[in-house]
Amino acid sequence: MNRSCAIIALLLLSCFVMPATAVIETYEFSNEELEQRYQHLSAELRCPKCQNQNIADSNAPIAQDLRKRLYQQLEGGASDSEILDYMVARYGEFVLYRPRFSGATAVLWLAPVLLLLAAIVLALLVLRRRKDSGGRDDSELSAAEQQRLHTLLDESESGS
Amino acid sequence: MGPRLKLFIPLILFAVLALFLLRGLELDPREMPSALIDRPLPEFTLPSLGSDTLVNREAVIGEVALFNVWATWCVSCRVEHPYLNQLTQQGVPIYGVNYKDEDQDALRWLQELGNPYRLNIVDADGSLGLDLGVYGAPETYLVDAGGVIRYRHVGVVDERVWRDILQPLYQELLEERMP
Repeated sequence: MNRSCAIIALLLLSCFVMPATAVIETYEFSNEELEQRYQHLSAELRCPKCQNQNIADSNAPIAQDLRKRLYQQLEGGASDSEILDYMVARYGEFVLYRPRFSGATAVLWLAPVLLLLAAIVLALLVLRRRKDSGGRDDSELSAAEQQRLHTLLDESESGS
Repeated sequence: MGPRLKLFIPLILFAVLALFLLRGLELDPREMPSALIDRPLPEFTLPSLGSDTLVNREAVIGEVALFNVWATWCVSCRVEHPYLNQLTQQGVPIYGVNYKDEDQDALRWLQELGNPYRLNIVDADGSLGLDLGVYGAPETYLVDAGGVIRYRHVGVVDERVWRDILQPLYQELLEERMP
């Protein structure tokens, strides 16, 4: 009885526990467009410390700093590409969730297309070879095969 | 290709995949090359720890030196500190970048643990850190006599890191300066 009371009390108490929400600062933007660009860019930029989060989601100190810098730059009138250049100059291509096309990232960007093309070519080759091998249904036997079947059947019959 | 050989295709694919995965096990995703390698140390004008003077880039370049980004809230920095003291005794110039820290805490730390730094740049809001591409202390930059960043080490500098990585580069840069 006592124990169940304690459990119930605990459960009730747990309802009052404050969820440990990350405090993400809010910025006042001078216009709506800037705010949208802020949302967009902070989702595109990757947090250098916590590598699988963008800076919008991360509460790492470095992500806070980058958000602050992003805000300052937006309010300062920088264009999207200027801001991205600024971040890349400091943290490398790594900060972009969509790395730019360059010699180093060419494989990354082209591989899916190349693989798809390779798959299509392979499929066409296989299909054509199947066609070339007679263009007939494999379940039907050719004359020569019929002949051989008969001989085999005859053999086995005469053998038994 | 004979039908026999075709049977080996899955095995070959598996071997290739296994090789890539094996390589992946050894790679540390946190070890990123700095974007500032072979680029000049960023411009700054910031207070010097424990004095009222401002320091700028020109005040700290001119010889091959280490720039150590540290803070009192950084646990690994405490681990690293005794080795920095040793390096200073060996005559290696080390400048500190006191990154997002409280001056009082930093001064107390230096008093207690010794001061290996020529001087400390107070980077209270992390702006120099951001220009350097710092994403967590401790980080150590090797800067040549011309003020160009030549190497960045993320994490603790200990005897092994110094002997295997930093010292050879350091010597190389010293000799580069001689002629």
